Amino acid sequence: MNEILSMGGHGAYVWPAYGITLAVIVFNAWAARRKLAIALDEARRSRATEQPRNQPRVRQLQ
Amino acid sequence: MKRAFLAILQRDLQIAFRRVSEIANPLLFFIIVASLFPLAVSPDSDHLRSIGSGVLWVVALLSSLLALEGLFRADAEDGSLEQLMLSPVPLGVAALAKVTAHWLVTIVPLVVLTPVLALSFALPVGVLPVMAFALLLATPTLSVLVALGAALTLGLRRGGAIVGLLVLPLTAPLLIFGTRAIDLALYGESAVAPLYLLAALAALAVSLGPVAIAAALRVGVE
Amino acid sequence: MKLPRWFHLFGSPPFVYRLAGALTPWLGIIACTLLIVGAYWGLVVAPPDAVQGEVYRILYIHPQTAYVSMMAYVVMAVTAGIGYIWRIKLAHAVAVSAAPIGASFTACALVSGSLWGRPTWGTYWEWGDPRIMFETLLLFLFLSYLALRAAFEDRDKADRVSAILAVVGVVNVPIIHYSVLWWNTLHQGPTISKLDSPSMATEFLIPFLIMITGFTFCFYWLLLSRLKAEIVERERDTRWLQDALQGGRP
Repeated sequence: MNEILSMGGHGAYVWPAYGITLAVIVFNAWAARRKLAIALDEARRSRATEQPRNQPRVRQLQ
Repeated sequence: MKRAFLAILQRDLQIAFRRVSEIANPLLFFIIVASLFPLAVSPDSDHLRSIGSGVLWVVALLSSLLALEGLFRADAEDGSLEQLMLSPVPLGVAALAKVTAHWLVTIVPLVVLTPVLALSFALPVGVLPVMAFALLLATPTLSVLVALGAALTLGLRRGGAIVGLLVLPLTAPLLIFGTRAIDLALYGESAVAPLYLLAALAALAVSLGPVAIAAALRVGVE
Repeated sequence: MKLPRWFHLFGSPPFVYRLAGALTPWLGIIACTLLIVGAYWGLVVAPPDAVQGEVYRILYIHPQTAYVSMMAYVVMAVTAGIGYIWRIKLAHAVAVSAAPIGASFTACALVSGSLWGRPTWGTYWEWGDPRIMFETLLLFLFLSYLALRAAFEDRDKADRVSAILAVVGVVNVPIIHYSVLWWNTLHQGPTISKLDSPSMATEFLIPFLIMITGFTFCFYWLLLSRLKAEIVERERDTRWLQDALQGGRP
């Protein structure tokens, strides 16, 4: 186990490289889920305020 | 079509020469930034010779970005761009005419000025023709890219800062071949290969660029 | 240009939303399985390299992320072009979804590459290496695309303007690639070579290919997950989405 972790003395390069790649994948997956959750939430809220139409309505000014 | 091209070119040149300060500003910027380098890096002539061609190329790229605000914006605001779109002249031809005017007014003076600055960077006189030729071949592409950046950001109220982000990465090949030509000339070798490549890029940009610029103008004016 | 009928099905948001919803779990499972198997194989099972020792194991993630970054740019430019020419909003949605994924993989490839460069070339960053320069410029292209989009408030306009930039960019990608390649060979820089790829031994090749397949699935998994969110954002007030939210079948 120790041998794998040290990577022949190059563990300080190999493991961060793998870690960053994993982090990028996880981050992208998380960001997509979060974006979907927010978008669904907004869609539900916009239903609560107005009747749905076939065409997208002009967004109201806040 | 040729007559329309010449008419638009003439009109843009006339407008440009009425506002001489707008022509002068990029030139002054070019001279000032180039003269900051010897102050910042080293006044040693060997040192200057080794960085000179690269510095002049980068500064020329940056100063060509300065002049782009006036390229389409004024015409979009006073409605003459819409007139051009409604006219039977293909918008790409009109765009090419405007790019040509921009190139003649703001870039050609830069090209003329560069050899003088190159001398101050201790570059040998023999290199100067190659440098001027490389700049003449590279700047049409540069003009097309700058015009594309201006057209893409036409719909924005302030597009100035973002155009640099859009255009500069695309100019990397120009920079590579342009400085390469000068380096080859500096070592006394033939600089023909990078010059051919610059010419090929110019042909590509001048033929395909106006189509992209016209497309961007159509979106921007809506 | 006339398009075949099935093509228009892919312009229909409800169809694509449901298709993406059905595909994403499977793509995710396949991607994760391949990546875990490949990473275990590459990190533990595969023997160390004769020249580089253990550090060569970055070979199982670095070229793959670089490959995904280029694929993302091509996907982005092609879908943006389709969206511009045939005015298909969904194609724009795909392009927008590909951009941040591509940008993050490009940055990731640069980081893992420099972590590999330090022990093998003795430097984190080598300006003279054409692949580094190419990836750097690719990252700039992704970022300028995202910056241009962010500058527009109107989504429709942002779609079409950024599509033009993406298409211009993809015409430039091969030019940039060859110019940095020639630049390097002309400069007679340090001759850097990784493993000589044509003669890669089978024991290295199998995990390499597993990882490349895994990263490809991973990209499409992430792309479709993002696309789903993008569709909901764009179709917020349409009947099919509101009906689906109410639980009824649209």
